[in-house]
Amino acid sequence: MFTADNYIVANSVEEAYELNKARNSTVVGGMLWLKMSNKKFKNIIDLSKLELDKIEETEEEIQIGAMVSLRELETNEILKANFGEAFKESVRHIVGVQFRNCATIGGSVYGRFGFSDILTLLMSLDCYVKVYPTGIIPIEEYAKQKQENEILEKIIIKKHNYNISYLTQRLTKTDFPILACSVAKIDDKYRVSIGARPMRAVLVENELSSNPTEEEIVKLQNHIEETVKFGSNMRASGEYRKLLAKILTKRAIENIGG
Amino acid sequence: MEIKVKINGKVYQDNIDADMLLLDYVRSKGCYSAKRGCETANCGLCTVWLEGKPVLSCSVLAMKANNKEVTTLEGLEEEAKEFGAFLADEGAEQCGFCSPGFIMNVLAMKNELENPTEEEIKEYLSGNLCRCTGYMGQLRAIKKYLEQKSKGE
Ligand SMILES: Cc1cc2nc3c(=O)[nH]c(=O)nc-3n(C[C@H](O)[C@H](O)[C@H](O)COP(=O)(O)OP(=O)(O)OC[C@H]3O[C@@H](n4cnc5c(N)ncnc54)[C@H](O)[C@@H]3O)c2cc1C
Ligand code: FES
Ligand code: FES
Repeated sequence: MFTADNYIVANSVEEAYELNKARNSTVVGGMLWLKMSNKKFKNIIDLSKLELDKIEETEEEIQIGAMVSLRELETNEILKANFGEAFKESVRHIVGVQFRNCATIGGSVYGRFGFSDILTLLMSLDCYVKVYPTGIIPIEEYAKQKQENEILEKIIIKKHNYNISYLTQRLTKTDFPILACSVAKIDDKYRVSIGARPMRAVLVENELSSNPTEEEIVKLQNHIEETVKFGSNMRASGEYRKLLAKILTKRAIENIGG
Repeated sequence: MEIKVKINGKVYQDNIDADMLLLDYVRSKGCYSAKRGCETANCGLCTVWLEGKPVLSCSVLAMKANNKEVTTLEGLEEEAKEFGAFLADEGAEQCGFCSPGFIMNVLAMKNELENPTEEEIKEYLSGNLCRCTGYMGQLRAIKKYLEQKSKGE
């Protein structure tokens, strides 16, 4: 566990950013990941006063504050109405309810973890992040960036007609995924994202028509085999992950009804 | 750091270290039901309620509870005793080490879910590990307890 000298509740995003510039300061979300570090921090920066714990809907988009818990993602009615069971499906295997009441979407997205369920799902949507001081950028761009001292404020998802299938393979129920696959049919176009490779999630380009044929799916599977990198770790080999990616992608497309 | 927290209905005001865990804070107030198990957010032994929601006190800073309300098993004695009797009847307890965290989460589930299915019960409690019982007795105890509660007994 880390140590810290001060606990500061930031009054503004600007203040949080200024404090976070110091190398020995850190923002804290749910703390579940941070807790495993042994660093010595001077300042812990709490964002809970910044009203980032809300999910809001406008005509064009859904905004999810960085401090929204994973449990809220699972149970929120706005998300259910717009994305069906996809958010629930992407977090329900993460440890347990108590854990998900603590862990935040902000910590999960900022972390850009190679095993991340949440990042894999968001990458398959028409999704952006609002980051201070950079501004609003597409999530696939953010996913490639290095972790700096930016403050992640919100996740923004543009409204469309979504049909999503989110699938993972795990060795045991509450363990990290050994592969995650999210396929979203957005209006009549598909977005395919592969995560837990075990590197950061990536978007896979595809030429699927609105009702994909068997041939189109096989073409996509071959494209995944040729272009997406998979690695090995104690949970699974890269070869196994590659096979899983191909089959889960096919299943997800079939689930959507393609 | 100055902190003011309500634990089981009683207000405490203290000056604590910034990195003190909620688990250590509630234990320093005599709430020994909350225990340190894995300390890696996996076992559920340290479960307490923060503003009525179950959280892992091994993974929450005490300062996060500033101006908030915390509940531990000591604050739910009646309900815990009632459910505990179902655990005993079903032989669902052996060493009992997991019980405080488990009971806290069962009572949270009872408040949050209406008529949960077996699958929902299992999923809600998947973050509470028990190394002795094999879970089946616990599941029977929960079902019987919820059945009695739904009858308003
Ligand atoms: C035991 C265990 C099992 C897990 N299993 C899974 C799993 O199966 N699938 C999965 O997807 N995830 C899993 N996770 C990861 C988990 O879901 C969270 O992603 C992780 O805990 C980070 O969220 P947090 O809110 O706890 O962030 P924290 O630990 O508080 O923060 C993580 C990092 O993000 C930074 N940060 C937090 N919020 C912001 C912000 N708003 N702006 C800028 N920086 C910020 C922090 O400074 C820190 O560097 C697991 C984690 C643990 C500990
Ligand atoms: S001690 Fe907190 S989850 Fe195990
Ligand atoms: S009864 Fe021993 S760990 Fe559960």
